[in-house]
Amino acid sequence: MSKATDVLTPDTAHHDDDHHDHIPKGITRWLFTTNHKDIGTLYLWFAFIMFLVGGAMAMVIRAELFQPGLQIVEPNFFNQMTTVHGLIMVFGAVMPAFTGLANWLIPMMIGAPDMALPRMNNWSFWILPGAFLILLGSLFMEGGGPAFGWTFYAPLSTTYSNDSTALFVFSVHIMGISSIMGAINVIVTIFNMRAPGMTWMKMPLFVWTWLITAFLLIAVMPVLAGAVTMVLTDKFFGTSFFDAAGGGDPVMFQHIFWFFGHPEVYIMILPAFGIISQIVPTFSRKKLFGYASMVYATASIALLSFVVWAHHMFTTGMPVYMEMFFMFATMLISVPTGVKVFNWVATMWRGSLTFEMPMMFAIAFIVLFTIGGLSGLMLAITPVDFQYHDTYFVVAHFHYVLVTGAVFSIMAAVYYWLPKWTGKMYDTALAKWHFWCSLISVNVLFFPMHFVGLAGMPRRIPDYALQFADFNKWISIGGFAFGLSQLIFLALLIKACRKEGEAVSNQVWEGAEGLEWEIPSPAPYHTFETPPEVK
Amino acid sequence: MQQEYERYYVPAQSPWPIVGAVALFLIAVGAGTVVLETTKGESGYGTHTLTAGILVLLVMLFGWFKNQIDESMSGLYSDQLGRSYRQGMSWFIFSEVMFFAAFFGALFYARFISVPWLGGASNNEMTNAVLWPTFEAMWPLINTPDGTTTQVMSAAGLPTINTIILLVSSVTLHFAHTGLEQQKRKQLTWMLGVTILLGLIFLTLQVQEYIHAYRDLGLTLQSGVYGNTFFMLTGFHGMHVTLGTIILIVLFFRVLKGHFTPENHFAFQAGSWYWHFVDVVWVMLYIFVYVL
Repeated sequence: MSKATDVLTPDTAHHDDDHHDHIPKGITRWLFTTNHKDIGTLYLWFAFIMFLVGGAMAMVIRAELFQPGLQIVEPNFFNQMTTVHGLIMVFGAVMPAFTGLANWLIPMMIGAPDMALPRMNNWSFWILPGAFLILLGSLFMEGGGPAFGWTFYAPLSTTYSNDSTALFVFSVHIMGISSIMGAINVIVTIFNMRAPGMTWMKMPLFVWTWLITAFLLIAVMPVLAGAVTMVLTDKFFGTSFFDAAGGGDPVMFQHIFWFFGHPEVYIMILPAFGIISQIVPTFSRKKLFGYASMVYATASIALLSFVVWAHHMFTTGMPVYMEMFFMFATMLISVPTGVKVFNWVATMWRGSLTFEMPMMFAIAFIVLFTIGGLSGLMLAITPVDFQYHDTYFVVAHFHYVLVTGAVFSIMAAVYYWLPKWTGKMYDTALAKWHFWCSLISVNVLFFPMHFVGLAGMPRRIPDYALQFADFNKWISIGGFAFGLSQLIFLALLIKACRKEGEAVSNQVWEGAEGLEWEIPSPAPYHTFETPPEVK
Repeated sequence: MQQEYERYYVPAQSPWPIVGAVALFLIAVGAGTVVLETTKGESGYGTHTLTAGILVLLVMLFGWFKNQIDESMSGLYSDQLGRSYRQGMSWFIFSEVMFFAAFFGALFYARFISVPWLGGASNNEMTNAVLWPTFEAMWPLINTPDGTTTQVMSAAGLPTINTIILLVSSVTLHFAHTGLEQQKRKQLTWMLGVTILLGLIFLTLQVQEYIHAYRDLGLTLQSGVYGNTFFMLTGFHGMHVTLGTIILIVLFFRVLKGHFTPENHFAFQAGSWYWHFVDVVWVMLYIFVYVL
């Protein structure tokens, strides 16, 4: 038996020279790589490691909140945990995971030999570990790491922050550079590298949603860079952008931050929409219902995301006409989002459904993301937002859309495409354990947060009033269970990478359609060196 | 219908990106440490780390660009790759536009919202009465609420001269470009040289203006939100002009070596787009920071 040393099936459909399955060996393969599949793998493993690191911080948070009173950590350290947990999950886990999927899938889906700018692709990945090393390292500085919340509102991040702010700023700069380069690569690949016949309206929806996501990234990551730069000069060089004494305004920070932050929210969910739109048709054995409307809905969500930012700031004392504008603009977003949910359900309607792992996660996504969407609609209503603002209701809302939304979609994607990447079916028994444990625990974890939030429990506080004790105990138990469930996923992934399991066919799933299912499994190191013809 | 497709050039493994990653890591750690050390008046390893990072970055830029130029000169590149580069450059410039947009946003917010509100506009009469009752809203903000005073940088004089210089430099660079496209190498060399010279003059005058602001007007980075936006906007613009000038100087030496053909001159085009972009930013600056 040839051991798992990268014996790959020759790409018989497209071979025109012999050296194209030569795979470099050793550590330099990963350090110097220009291969979109290698870089995709690097991104995905990095994201998963960060997911576990950020998750460990959430465990600290939940351990402290297991019962009222201060017992395990200092309040200042608690704040560092909430801050770095948020930063890591947003910039270190969800975004790199989506970029990893984009790297693996977009060239294979559009029939391109690689990403358009392969060396820059390597660079955009390898600067990320450095950025997070700096961020995590700053936790060990004198005075501790960043403790102002992942939104780093002024004056918490200026007047009242510690020394680590300087390192935080530069680490965010690097994360931004990485995202911008990654996004440029995605856009240029999609614009310029599509195989002949792959017209715009034939592109798989994952490609469409990533194209629009990449546009959002290029538009808003530089604004984040501007915001952290102003924080740096305000804190260290005596400017007063966010200080009323010099003519500035702390609320201006929130405007600039959320001009970045709201499109950022869609950066973390649009690729998820793309993934679900790939998976649901496969396991319904039907074409996606309303393909064109999906594309237009995605574009509408992206455009609207630029005019809703102040719904994060209803309680800052804006003039009433602005509150009204942002309330209605925000509610408008539920129209294209509703189109999407409707289309997914309509795709399943009268399909011959089967419930393999990717489909289970996709269905869980549709139900649970919709719950997150509905609580978002509640938060959009200005007068009642005054009650919900900065409570656990908000925490419940964005964890439903980010964990059972974005993270579940990433897991669905891994379960869907992993056999194509390794050529072997993963351990489906473990996958089922992972799914059911995650599904139950995640709801025990986040659903009661709605209730304590409505009852007035504030977020980011290490202690709470006694009447919230029972709910918080359950939330913490759900949290630990959800954290442990991810170790099942880790075991499954390690087994899959060791290429255990049964070999799969090229198509892998009975109903799967698209270029990536026409190439051999596992996908050869180089695919589509000459473009395929798309009919 | 049979059609011939060009092969897309997918480069083999390259050591330069990882070198660049190390460089950015050192620069970030170094810059952060330098900021802490300078504001506390301590000395430490910050400057060394930063310098090391910049040196590694220079090595990376040199190696990567040499690699790139060698590949281009040996004809490995296809038209399709050229399109990728051009599209990539345009999106990079778009990201730069959004970076400046953040600071212009701060300028407009300060001017039309925060300063008037501190003066009691809209529904903020009590803000004014309670916080700084003597404060009067004005723009440019020469008396801040906490009593810092400064003077206005007038648009006449250096800023206007600088505007003319940059506008002319855009024209000369355009002529250099047409010289390249029409195979008039002499026009190309001369016009590119003049553009670089104009860039350098601009930078020198900008330094003069900063000295004038600090020494004569008392306008500093610390003089309230007017000084903040003034120096951050013109400062970042100046950094971009510096980078643009360096790019043009590199292009100049490549022109002297006989690089670039009318069909194949992405590097020149990218440098020229960058320069025109920097000019447009200046025009916006001139209008919104100096004149209005």
